[in-house]
Amino acid sequence: MTLDLPDASATEALGAAIARALQSTSTGLVIFLYGDLGAGKTTLARQLLRELGVTGTIRSPTYTLMELYSPEGRELLHMDLYRLHDPAELHNLGLTDYPPSQTLWLVEWPERGGDLLPSADISITLSVAELSRKADVLGLSEAGRQLVSKLS
Amino acid sequence: MPVLGIETSCDETAAAIYDGERGLLAHALYSQVALHAEYGGVVPELASRDHVARINPLIREVLARANLRPDQLTGVAYTAGPGLVGALMVGGAVAAGMAAAHNLPLIPVHHMEGHLLAPMLEADRPQFPFMALLVSGGHTLLVAVRGIGDYEILGESLDDAVGEAFDKTAKMMGLPYPGGPHLAKLAQLGTPGRYKFPRPMTDRPGLDFSFSGLKTAVLTALPKGATDQDKADIAHGFQEAVTETLAIKCARAIEQTGFPALVVAGGVGANLRLRERLGEFARKNNISLHFPRHEFCTDNAAMIAYVGWARRSQGQHTHTLLARPRWPITELETV
Repeated sequence: MTLDLPDASATEALGAAIARALQSTSTGLVIFLYGDLGAGKTTLARQLLRELGVTGTIRSPTYTLMELYSPEGRELLHMDLYRLHDPAELHNLGLTDYPPSQTLWLVEWPERGGDLLPSADISITLSVAELSRKADVLGLSEAGRQLVSKLS
Repeated sequence: MPVLGIETSCDETAAAIYDGERGLLAHALYSQVALHAEYGGVVPELASRDHVARINPLIREVLARANLRPDQLTGVAYTAGPGLVGALMVGGAVAAGMAAAHNLPLIPVHHMEGHLLAPMLEADRPQFPFMALLVSGGHTLLVAVRGIGDYEILGESLDDAVGEAFDKTAKMMGLPYPGGPHLAKLAQLGTPGRYKFPRPMTDRPGLDFSFSGLKTAVLTALPKGATDQDKADIAHGFQEAVTETLAIKCARAIEQTGFPALVVAGGVGANLRLRERLGEFARKNNISLHFPRHEFCTDNAAMIAYVGWARRSQGQHTHTLLARPRWPITELETV
């Protein structure tokens, strides 16, 4: 599914829509967020987390690599692998504590994680075209496809 | 009273020894130390954040430089948070092991408290209370420091840290990552006034920051096939926007509290334009301005050893290992 995102509020609206679709599922899910710097990955991720009940500051995970939130009894893992040089560095992050069956993984720059990340249920690719942006949203598993179908 | 400090909260592995009477006895950062002796002439390429392989050689190194045996220490301090849990556990486990082996007290230290008190490692120490601007790749904070452990966060970034905004903007302009220092250098060649970017959140009251939007503003301004001069002009406009925003908020924080001193810590504290602006502000308003030396602006263990010593000398220590990936600085005990 391809969506036009004319401005930042459209990107936020997509984040919010995904969050609402997620609310009916209690299990975990893995979402990969692709796109260049400034494409809107963080804007989308922040709105998604907000909509799922995260209050307080949502810090960019670029420096810390990961930020964990636990709103309303649910575990949300927001990662940014931009600074990763080698996928093997993921071993140092203690990710086994957050099984994707129970945690929502929201991963920016997943391509840097190689094979050491769980496989994605949904991929979202944000791209910049002239003055506008677009998002390609793809369900990659049964759970992922079900969620994407709720968006349209 | 020499105290060993260990820092492994994120990327850097570091060790240092601070003594109450003699000051800083030794400090070392993994990347600065030739570990030739340890590896028989070959220094293997270790993965980033591979603290396990790095920490013990570093501790031996600082002990040797300070001419001390482990049993001559009076405490082992380590960064207990905030940070990556796996990374924190390495430093904590090594510290706890040493403390148990030599019957030494263990002092968990808050990483950000280390940064706030890093200027105490310098001869020209600020007096309490002071305002601290902490600006780095991971943080943008304005903190009222009234004493050791007495911190109030007056403002923080609601999204990207200022160093991150520098690095990412530099990357969008094709400069190598981390590009903050490259961008600052390029800005010196820029035409003043050709690009004017917003000063985020300065038009409303409050001391919070937001730098994510500036990144987008640069992306929008950057023409296709930008020349070197275009890039320099944009870099200039960007740096002006960031440093003026920081200076406005610092002035506001000083005005709000009436504090007589301003401390600037974190890697972005090395930015010359920021130093110039804050220097001007400090002179005009008769505020004393303090910058820790550059190597203590970025992550280091000297600041951890200092805080460890300060807390140890007040009897604050433990024998149990603590790792707190999330740890609000406002929850610390005062001394």
